[in-house]
Amino acid sequence: MVSVTINHKTIFVKEGTTILEACQIAKMPVPSLCYLKGINDIGACRVCVVEIKGMERLVPACNNVVKEGMEIRTNSARVREARKINVELILSQHDCFCPTCVRNGNCTLQSIARLLGVEHVTYKKVLPHHHWPKEFPLIRDAGKCIKCMRCIQICDKVQNLNVWDIAKTGSRTTVDVSRNRKINEADCSLCGQCITHCPVGALKERDDKEKVFTVNAPLNTKKKISVVQVAPAVRTSWGEMLGLSREVATPKRLAAVLKMMDFDYVFDTNYGADLTIMEEASEFLERINHKEDYEFPMFTSCCPGWVRFLKSQYPDMVQNLSTAKSPQQMQGAMIKTYFAQKLGVSPEDIFSVSIMPCIAKKAECDIPTMNGAEQGKDVDVVLTTREIVRQIRSMNLDIANIPEQEFDSPLGEGTGAAVIFGVTGGVMEAALRTCYYLVTGRNPDADAFYAVRGMNGWREASFHLNGSVIRVAIASGLGNARKLIEALRNKTVQYDFVEIMACPGGCVGGGGQPIHDGQEYAELRGDNLYQLDRNAALRFSHENPDVIQTYEDFLGKPLSEKAHHLLHTDHTAWKMPGEV
Amino acid sequence: MSRLNVFTQSKSQMVVEGLYQDLERRITASPPGLCPVDISASFLKLCHAQTCGKCVPCRIGLGQLENLLEDVLDGEATLETIDLIEKTARVIANTADCAIGYEAANMVLKGVQGFREDYEEHILNGRCLCHLEQPVPCVALCPAGVDIPGYVALVAEERYADAVRLIRKDNPFVTACALVCEHPCEARCRRNMVDASINIRGLKRYAVDHCGVVPAPLNAPSTGKKVAIIGGGPSGLSAAYYLQLMGHQTTIFEQRQSLGGMLYYGIPSYRLPKERLAEDIDNILSTGVKVELNTSVGNGEGQLPFSKIREEYDAVYISIGAHTDKKIGIEGEDANGVISAVELLRGIGDGYKPDFTGKTVIVIGGGNVAMDVTRSAIRLGAEKVSILYRRRKADMTALPDEIEGAIAEGAEILELCAPKQIEADENGNVTAIYADPKIIGLIDSAGRPRPANSGKDAVRIPCDIIIVAIGQDIVSGHFADDGLPVNRNAIITTETGAVTGVNGVFAGGDCVTGPATVIKAIATGKVAAANIDNYLGFHHVISVDVEIPSARLDDRPACGRVNLTERNSNDRKKDFEICENGMSCKEATQEAMRCLRCDHFGYGVFKGGRISQW
Repeated sequence: MVSVTINHKTIFVKEGTTILEACQIAKMPVPSLCYLKGINDIGACRVCVVEIKGMERLVPACNNVVKEGMEIRTNSARVREARKINVELILSQHDCFCPTCVRNGNCTLQSIARLLGVEHVTYKKVLPHHHWPKEFPLIRDAGKCIKCMRCIQICDKVQNLNVWDIAKTGSRTTVDVSRNRKINEADCSLCGQCITHCPVGALKERDDKEKVFTVNAPLNTKKKISVVQVAPAVRTSWGEMLGLSREVATPKRLAAVLKMMDFDYVFDTNYGADLTIMEEASEFLERINHKEDYEFPMFTSCCPGWVRFLKSQYPDMVQNLSTAKSPQQMQGAMIKTYFAQKLGVSPEDIFSVSIMPCIAKKAECDIPTMNGAEQGKDVDVVLTTREIVRQIRSMNLDIANIPEQEFDSPLGEGTGAAVIFGVTGGVMEAALRTCYYLVTGRNPDADAFYAVRGMNGWREASFHLNGSVIRVAIASGLGNARKLIEALRNKTVQYDFVEIMACPGGCVGGGGQPIHDGQEYAELRGDNLYQLDRNAALRFSHENPDVIQTYEDFLGKPLSEKAHHLLHTDHTAWKMPGEV
Repeated sequence: MSRLNVFTQSKSQMVVEGLYQDLERRITASPPGLCPVDISASFLKLCHAQTCGKCVPCRIGLGQLENLLEDVLDGEATLETIDLIEKTARVIANTADCAIGYEAANMVLKGVQGFREDYEEHILNGRCLCHLEQPVPCVALCPAGVDIPGYVALVAEERYADAVRLIRKDNPFVTACALVCEHPCEARCRRNMVDASINIRGLKRYAVDHCGVVPAPLNAPSTGKKVAIIGGGPSGLSAAYYLQLMGHQTTIFEQRQSLGGMLYYGIPSYRLPKERLAEDIDNILSTGVKVELNTSVGNGEGQLPFSKIREEYDAVYISIGAHTDKKIGIEGEDANGVISAVELLRGIGDGYKPDFTGKTVIVIGGGNVAMDVTRSAIRLGAEKVSILYRRRKADMTALPDEIEGAIAEGAEILELCAPKQIEADENGNVTAIYADPKIIGLIDSAGRPRPANSGKDAVRIPCDIIIVAIGQDIVSGHFADDGLPVNRNAIITTETGAVTGVNGVFAGGDCVTGPATVIKAIATGKVAAANIDNYLGFHHVISVDVEIPSARLDDRPACGRVNLTERNSNDRKKDFEICENGMSCKEATQEAMRCLRCDHFGYGVFKGGRISQW
């Protein structure tokens, strides 16, 4: 322990504690901007500077540790002047047209400027401009970038894809796609973690709201039947930025709100998730029973960020991916075939929207082979959680007083097994529940595969299934995925079945989710999903009555020819940039 | 009004004079890897501020060039802009009345021609080709990439053995480099911006003098692979060291009776005592390197054929150095008493010290080897040693400290004298050298002034011994016969050290680059070890578990640099004992504390500040 004096108050902290942490412990918090614990402690913004007795220059609190006897002042006139001027300098090169910024009200620069009382900017305004392809799902606005470098660090340290880098030097130093590539030539997984860790509005999703909600959009012209599906992880996060408690922001209240937006049918992607389990579990058993015909382990395929990663980084392992489409695309395919048939309309007459916690889904729905009905895209538009939240906000609703409504049938029923798709390990757990049933003919305890849960980036477990041992592993975050794959390739580990989610914590930590700067909400949201599973009447995908009905009426059985045609895909039928 | 005034400097002028000096030091400390177009634009702004404003091209033209360069940098230019920049600069160069204008324009022209692709990248893609890949200047400039801020911090904490272990991660010749490295690391030290560069080599010297015996790390489990290394100089020994650590069995084939190459046979022991060199070599050999001394590789009588080595080993590394001398090509060069520097130093290395008592010696050349033979000749008893050089002392390529050392020991420098003819007596013994007096002339394309004809007659300089130190060459003929690609005696390799087009054969050091520095040779050995490891199908990692002290936050007030002193010249010139004195503990600590820790402060904390393994 070392003793430090902060603003005349002496405290004892562990050796190696940063000045920033020590000030928090002393209840004398120091504002910070570029700092992101464990990821970015490069002291670039110089907002967290403090004064240390005996030192001529001010010192950043984020990346320096306390020393015995240090006397720190967090709030002297010199410190306040420095912080304020540095924020003014940042603002002089920041596009401060806040009212139209997607991060208005949720921007760290904005809140720091207010906190420090920056009431005008003394300096000449100079805004950098940069061309960015508007059609790309990930948008970077150079005019808003404050060069905190967090995006570079997240992509390097957590996702291990190195998509971003410093570009140029001197006064024109900025962030850009690494190795002088253009973004649409890069191996970006579209995980969106750079967006959710951006302190300002420099990185955001391509906003597709207009395609859905404008006066001339299908939703309002009523020339088409509009259908929306809601992903598992959206139900746990949608209320966060609307000031709603989790008790108010329930899945059924979200369904009610979507109906108020004039969607004709509000479906639950949980149906698609249960369908995915039927196909993927059956596929896994098929592969296990014909081991010689397949490469192992089998990888889950429901995360499009992960699929993009694997295709670009380890193209020789694409055959390990399950051929099952993701829940979004299975649901989309069923909407434009099975559901269209039920309604007696042409697939072209349906406008299919999905609400996802994800940026990569925006690219997934554009993959040319994702057209089960062979009449255009199965999912026409993907909106992220953040986009739908902005749309809800713009409707100015008293949400707490809107009665809950059920999702529509026949593609609206979902089980607890589907809900947990939204959290790391959930797909694996759901698949194992159904695998057990398919092999033994009886249900396991729904919590029998509890061992696959958790927030560790790479977990493994093994289970006995009818006498044989199934070795499974789960990773979330692409850095962990790479470590796992390297270990597989070096033969230091061996698995039969591996679930990978691109975002740390799974879709609950997805790149399309609400942003809480400096805080990770994945675990909290995941707990909520596990609670929904625990309280669900049905907890096995194979018990989903809508899914059972679908097989009876339409698909036959899992892995049938029709199921293959509509619910499976050839991952090699499209290319990532640079993939040969 | 008075008729004349005594010039007094105003306060503002005095401050500006100081700022000029700050700027000079700052330019010295420019980090490698900056955008050349941006730097050109900045230089131009400075040049423009120097204009007196009389003439149009300089007053207006330089400003318009600035605008055009800014357009390029801001992505608002087209390819035609480059032509306009070139045209404008050409007109300024042609028409400005004084150097302020035409030299500024010439700087722009040099850039447009020298890094046109950078201009184009900015215009076409709004990008820059440059990257601050290694932002710590000393590490960036060390060919072997030694973790300099790390070991300087360890010296400050008096952890000398850890400092040596850390250095050995990238360079096994810690002692040799502590004594003789040309220290390119110091050239752009950021401390120059404050006062002067850190004496990095001096601090390394302190560490090796006080670390005790530091054992080598354990080798990785044996891979069963065998690597042959031809030539036991710094490059070959470095490769052997790292390959052993990776678990491969190396065998060095050395032509001479001692290992060390030019470190042993080229550098006199008053700079690098043989027992100090042995510290490094013993550590390297402790990893289990097999050594075959007095073994020459070639197809001649008594030689080991290269083809046999290739058959018996899984990979081969050729590091034979550049050990033959170059001839001057003047009349009388074959007279008795004309000897080559390489030959003299090699003889001394093997224990043969000729007696020069009472002799008058002429040394031809201006490089470090010329200084080495000059100072050796003095120690061998020569009555007078003169260095004959066709340019000026200021143009010599030897390190300034070496030139000063030679002068202090009594050597005379005959500047602007080009050797013309050697005179011998009837027995064929040297009696004198004729030299053509030169004047210094125009600057050549490499930026050095050429010697030009003075119009004066040749002078006769009586002498007994002439030592020729005008460069070394590589003996690679038999490798060419064995099918290796060779250009002007240098073996051709790729950047990985692999000999182009020959599977499993690598080469490095002087025999690839031509005569260069020790640290460059060491670096090529390190590169070869990594790539041979990969070639053999492995990916061993070289790292070290030394914890580097965190950077101190203390102020770093301007403070003079501690320079190393030498023994009194009257004493030292009588023996071959080491000349240079090390620092005291107080000096070493003070000097180490001057380090600005660029691995932590600035870009280093973000990217590239520390490469902990390779």
